[in-house]
Amino acid sequence: MLEIGLSHYLTLGAILFTLGIFGVFLNRKNVIIILMSVELILLAVNINLVAFSAHLGDLVGQIFTLLILTVAAAEAAIGLAIIVVYYRNRGSIEVEDISLMKG
Amino acid sequence: MVIQALTFYLFAAIVVAAAVMVIASRNPVHSVLFLILAFFNSAGLFVLLGAEFLAMILVIVYVGAVAVLFLFVVMMLDINFVKLREGFLQYLPIGGLIGLILLVELVMIAGAWVFAPQAQSQARLPIPDPEQVTNTDAIGRVLYTDYIYLFQASGIVLLIAMVGAIVLTLRQREGVRRQKISQQVGRSRADSIEIKNVPSGTGI
Repeated sequence: MLEIGLSHYLTLGAILFTLGIFGVFLNRKNVIIILMSVELILLAVNINLVAFSAHLGDLVGQIFTLLILTVAAAEAAIGLAIIVVYYRNRGSIEVEDISLMKG
Repeated sequence: MVIQALTFYLFAAIVVAAAVMVIASRNPVHSVLFLILAFFNSAGLFVLLGAEFLAMILVIVYVGAVAVLFLFVVMMLDINFVKLREGFLQYLPIGGLIGLILLVELVMIAGAWVFAPQAQSQARLPIPDPEQVTNTDAIGRVLYTDYIYLFQASGIVLLIAMVGAIVLTLRQREGVRRQKISQQVGRSRADSIEIKNVPSGTGI
């Protein structure tokens, strides 16, 4: 219990990932919270990669974490820009209203 | 050893509690603030794992840029968040079920698998001794040599994201005076100055 190993970090990553998925389902109407849940999922992945990197003594995991961080920042910027544009056009950000492109 | 374990449990507990509050909080501003708390504590976990460069990058990028961006958008849009929370409990059973299944599967995977015996010795880039080479130094040595193409590609991703965000959100509104540099530069003496010959004693 007092010996912190890889499995502790993997469990934490699994819990965070599950919370992220759960958040997507729980806040079905609020796009902003869904984006935050996606950030939580990416954070869980990052924790897993860094834990493996530290456990195996391999630096590649930390490089990959850096790249995931980049993609997460880009994704948040684009997602929030889309939300702002959508709000300007429709005056709401409810996910259920987003059906303009439905055939 | 005990201190390390206690620190891990402290950080991990705060991360999980903050993540729960992110998805369950009534006010989205509180959600963003709890997201910031989660990021800070996972940065602490990264320090615990010996990845101090990533910990600082996490604080700078996530807390300094992403979370502030979220905060801006949440505060800028005038949204009735109470209405958005309708049906919050309606999705609780299905979401809880899927989350539970996922968690059980992940824990089963984590409990069942073992490392290949040669995994430790086959590290692609062995982490150098922290006494001699710092974590930042070690990452910098491989990031700009072995992984230069990935580094450049992530730079392009960020550039495209920036251009895309600006293109999406920039708009020309009526009734807003903007600086038009081409018009300013294109002004000539002839169309901006008029010389009048005023006879003395009279006005124009």
